Amino acid sequence: MKIRIRNGRLVDPASGTDAVRDVFIAAGRIAAIGAPPDAFHANRVIDAAGLVVCPGLIDLSARLREPGYEYRATLESEMEAAVAGGVTTLACPPDTDPPLDEPGLVEMLKYRARNLNRARVCPLGALTTGLSGKRLTEMAELTEAGCVGFSQAGTPVVDTAVLRSAMQYAAGFGYAVWLQPEDSFLAGKGVAHDGEVASRLGLAGIPVVAETIALFTLLQLARETGVRLHVMRLSSAAGVAMLRAAREGGLAVSADVSINHLHLSEADIGYFDPHARLGPPLRAASDREALRAAAADGTIDAICSDHTPVDDDAKQLPFGEAEPGATGLELLLPLTLKWGEELGLPLARSLARITTEPARILGLEAGRMEPGAAADLCLFDPLAERTVSRAGLVSQGKNTPFLGAHLKAVVRMTLVGGNPVYEAGRSDQG
Amino acid sequence: MLNPQLNRNGELVHLLSIDGLPREVLLKILDTAAPFTEVAEREVKKIPLLRGKSVFNLFFEPSTRTRTTFEIAAKRLSADVINLNVGASSQSKGETLLDTVDNLSAMQADMFVVRHASSGAPYLIAQHLSATGRAHIHVINAGDGRHAHPTQGLLDMYTIRHYKRDFTRLTVAIVGDILHSRVARSQIDALTILGVPEIRMIAPPTLLPAEVGKLGVRVFHDMRLGLRDADVVMMLRLQNERMQGALLPSPQEYFKTYGLTPEKLALARPDAIVMHPGPMNRGVEIDSAVADGPRAVILPQVTFGIAVRMAVMSMLAGA
Repeated sequence: MKIRIRNGRLVDPASGTDAVRDVFIAAGRIAAIGAPPDAFHANRVIDAAGLVVCPGLIDLSARLREPGYEYRATLESEMEAAVAGGVTTLACPPDTDPPLDEPGLVEMLKYRARNLNRARVCPLGALTTGLSGKRLTEMAELTEAGCVGFSQAGTPVVDTAVLRSAMQYAAGFGYAVWLQPEDSFLAGKGVAHDGEVASRLGLAGIPVVAETIALFTLLQLARETGVRLHVMRLSSAAGVAMLRAAREGGLAVSADVSINHLHLSEADIGYFDPHARLGPPLRAASDREALRAAAADGTIDAICSDHTPVDDDAKQLPFGEAEPGATGLELLLPLTLKWGEELGLPLARSLARITTEPARILGLEAGRMEPGAAADLCLFDPLAERTVSRAGLVSQGKNTPFLGAHLKAVVRMTLVGGNPVYEAGRSDQG
Repeated sequence: MLNPQLNRNGELVHLLSIDGLPREVLLKILDTAAPFTEVAEREVKKIPLLRGKSVFNLFFEPSTRTRTTFEIAAKRLSADVINLNVGASSQSKGETLLDTVDNLSAMQADMFVVRHASSGAPYLIAQHLSATGRAHIHVINAGDGRHAHPTQGLLDMYTIRHYKRDFTRLTVAIVGDILHSRVARSQIDALTILGVPEIRMIAPPTLLPAEVGKLGVRVFHDMRLGLRDADVVMMLRLQNERMQGALLPSPQEYFKTYGLTPEKLALARPDAIVMHPGPMNRGVEIDSAVADGPRAVILPQVTFGIAVRMAVMSMLAGA
């Protein structure tokens, strides 16, 4: 199918282009930008006047909950949520049940996702079997099955000798290792940032040193082993400072932050709102400011949704017993743009954090608007507003601390490989 | 963010925490409690304020003392009292907290007195009742996790006012495991709202919460310095499981450094009173000579506790 997208405001974070240009799509790829290629007859013309046309979003962390947690969400529901949020590629962490530690599980996930014909799925394999932190997984086999890197999701490797050899092994093959810095002893049974709010509410605290001590270990081991390290979900100003120093010292390391941590702090726990129970915890306002600045100056490369659908039964509990996590695929775009607008960033730079930068971390060609690139596109109305509501969310997870928030930027259409996989108003899930 | 404890007219509809309550509400509870202390001295220890009302004591965590005082308070107000030790029944069968609440609401409860091991559980219940159109059911927090024990905080204030009259000239020292103590948090909130100019916390660093200074208190690690010229000394209970391990080396060393002895009490003002929420660990946090001595007001605290709980229940029922 040949498609012409006319009159849209094309924003390409890779080149910095921000101008009204037509986009021509043929055979699933961008055929031309601006003027049509020779003898181009569009089967469909999409009028994008007033809309931004940008690369489809790339989300570095979205839990699809399959296999094992189908009562929380299914591949069907979450892939619909992804494209409704303009996300065309997503990395899914291995904390399924069973965890993604065998090639068969990864192949099945890839196969099921492909058949749904929605977003592209990049599984992260488990770094250790069962995420136990004890034995390495068959990383070569898992990579062949489709894994783009290896992770422990939210379960740290406690034994530093295992961590070191896992990094050495991965480095030998050039595999990326994605880890969240958290010392499990210091985090203990903590449920909130070990600060003023936790002290007042009597919640067990997770101190900042739980992040910095683990981060120090990760950075030292990355330096020694030469592994490609991606630091997931930074949460503190001190963590940002350590990362910045490591990068200035020449270490090739990347990092992400979740949309929740860019906008919220411990104060948003309010009267024990279980939706604000997140891992890592929401920290002090000063930490949030440091994260916002680091995402702007590039110390933090990418912004992710950290999409975690949780069923009501697991959320409607006292704060400390509630399952951590928030739904986010459909909030990635509006919350990233809100952050960018508040910091006065050009649209192309805000979008880079959810397109070109995550593509680079994943080692994908995606995330750019140029002839020959796959036509993974997001068309959104930057001025339209919507109120986040349970009914308005496509995801099966209705758990978000942003319920009731008024957010700008509404996705009108999502294309994957030149195929319109989501159209607002046309979709019955809208 | 609306304070879920107060209605539009500023009246108390739930008692979940002292934090966020206006000074007038606190004083009204103390004033309301005063005449109730006399009910216990009557031949018929009953008044009909809550006749026909059902009060459910919903205890998800074992407690004898607090449950009993709530039961006595409700019965003296002529309410029907139903005691549920939920820890031993529904929860172990997998029923969720809110399912339990829904079932009991269907039995026409008027008031829930809730104790729970998780901080914030009474808030969840109050919000659930309000979201499901049952806002007329009142919730009293009888202790949630490390968060709050508001009726204990109130009875402590009643006791202080009884002996000291004026809050605004006092130096109050709270001694012990503040980190894990819901009692301490409620005491600090109440003392702050009532205008106590100097609140001191005396504890080893391992038993203090993070950023404790932001709670508006002075911290002392040396008990002798912290007790100097105190008007009120409020001791906290040290839980057995904290007595030896990573937080404290031994009960003996704790008694030596933070136990209240007559010799240490001599550093406080000569008319200082000594309080304890009970149950006491004699020889761990308090010497028997102090606990049984003339400065201790520990038993009057228990008596006042019933009057204060009667005051809270009658005010909620009237709101």
